[in-house]
Amino acid sequence: MKFRDLLLKLADIYRFILKFFRNTLYPPYELKEILRQCFQLGNKSFFLIAFTSFLAGIVFTKQSRPSLASFGAESWLPSLVAQAVVRSLGPLITGLICAGKLGSNIGAELASMQVSEQIDAMEVSGTRPFSYLIVTRVVATTMMLPILVIFADMMALTGSFVMVNSINNTGFVLFFNEVSAVVSYLDIFSSLVKSAFFGFAIGIVSSYAGYNSEKGTTGVGKSANTAVVVSMIFIFVVDLMGLQILNLFRE
Amino acid sequence: MRIQQIHENAGSTPSEKVVVVRNLYKSFGERKVLEDFNLELFARENLVILGKSGTGKSVLIKCMVGLLKPDSGRITILGYEVPSLTPAELNALRLKVGFSFQGSALYDSMSVRENLEFPLRRNLGIADKKKLKDLVMTALENVGLASAVDLHPAELSGGMKKRIGIARTLILNPEIMLYDEPTAGLDPETSAEINELILTVRDKYHTSSIIITHDISCAHKVSDRIVALFDGKNKLEGTFEELKAQNSDELQSFFNY
Repeated sequence: MKFRDLLLKLADIYRFILKFFRNTLYPPYELKEILRQCFQLGNKSFFLIAFTSFLAGIVFTKQSRPSLASFGAESWLPSLVAQAVVRSLGPLITGLICAGKLGSNIGAELASMQVSEQIDAMEVSGTRPFSYLIVTRVVATTMMLPILVIFADMMALTGSFVMVNSINNTGFVLFFNEVSAVVSYLDIFSSLVKSAFFGFAIGIVSSYAGYNSEKGTTGVGKSANTAVVVSMIFIFVVDLMGLQILNLFRE
Repeated sequence: MRIQQIHENAGSTPSEKVVVVRNLYKSFGERKVLEDFNLELFARENLVILGKSGTGKSVLIKCMVGLLKPDSGRITILGYEVPSLTPAELNALRLKVGFSFQGSALYDSMSVRENLEFPLRRNLGIADKKKLKDLVMTALENVGLASAVDLHPAELSGGMKKRIGIARTLILNPEIMLYDEPTAGLDPETSAEINELILTVRDKYHTSSIIITHDISCAHKVSDRIVALFDGKNKLEGTFEELKAQNSDELQSFFNY
């Protein structure tokens, strides 16, 4: 890609994001379709996130235990897992899974609509496809990611408890007392804000890739691929930026 | 002669221009698609734009509904100057212009009923279920597919999809219909049915139509007038018989087919 093309692409993305905010802030609002998308997107990812988070909790606990045990700090295991899960692991796992599952879904769906002229058909019948297709999906991913992250955190901590309980016979109340002692409101709040940004990044990147798909069936594949890869990169970038900003607050 | 008869029946004047295109230019990069193109469509007229693939026929009608922006030139539709319309004005115009896509462009995720209800709900704000049902069934009956109301696009044949696509545009009662290759990919029998439908639409809905095609039998059947488009310029114009009588090499390839 030439430098000029890159600049044009960036300008196009900038216009796309501006258009999103314009269509989101000004009526007509697509509340019904947003709720439908929230249900669709949340429902699609719910069990996958539950399962992977639960496993991640088990694996993380099992891998951390020997290191802590070598310092005689095995009792810190719930605290360590809780901080890791709430601050980073939960949002990151949820973000990456949603980037794969929802990103590819949104990218491919919009791209195939573009290729088969369905978006043009909406445009020429005056039905404002941008509001209906893009705003609803981006708002839905932005709203659903924090909810999914809360759920993922709970499942990861449950997985961790199962592992700790099976090794040390630690009780449920004791485990979650330790968890609540180390997790602050700032941790929870920052985790939710960060995951909302993850959701926005997934929604906007995937929608842009799909809405501006090249014609032809290869365009659909490319859009789905771009949606997943770029969303994942953005998740790490946002995570890093979030960490830097949060450290300022903590200091 | 035929146009005159139609206008006499409809009580309109044949000189009433509903679409005027003047000096239209459109290129994609270095490739010039439309060059100094001119066109007029009269009320209640079926105008066929005939030409080979890649001669800019679809680009022309996409410019008309604002899907593509011309490089220069004027497009006036029902008094609206298309290239300079605001988004709100463009939406208002689009309610009066129906566009039948080559691939039908039905919404895959919706049933036929939902496909037809979609523009009614969103453009006209109709929420009353009985009214929606009546409008949908009337539009489907007019294209002869009332029985397909609960099917999904994946369950329809190519011809059925075309008909449903036309019904979806007709449901908003457009004044102008734009058909992009209405018989492309269809067998001769289904093509003949679609040609018949185009004529029925004109008579029932009193529409003026532009039909983009490379199918000479479609052009013969539905046209009041034909504009033959070669390399982005309108080169020949007239009735089917007039064009057939002309000794043009490019056109003879259509007529000899």
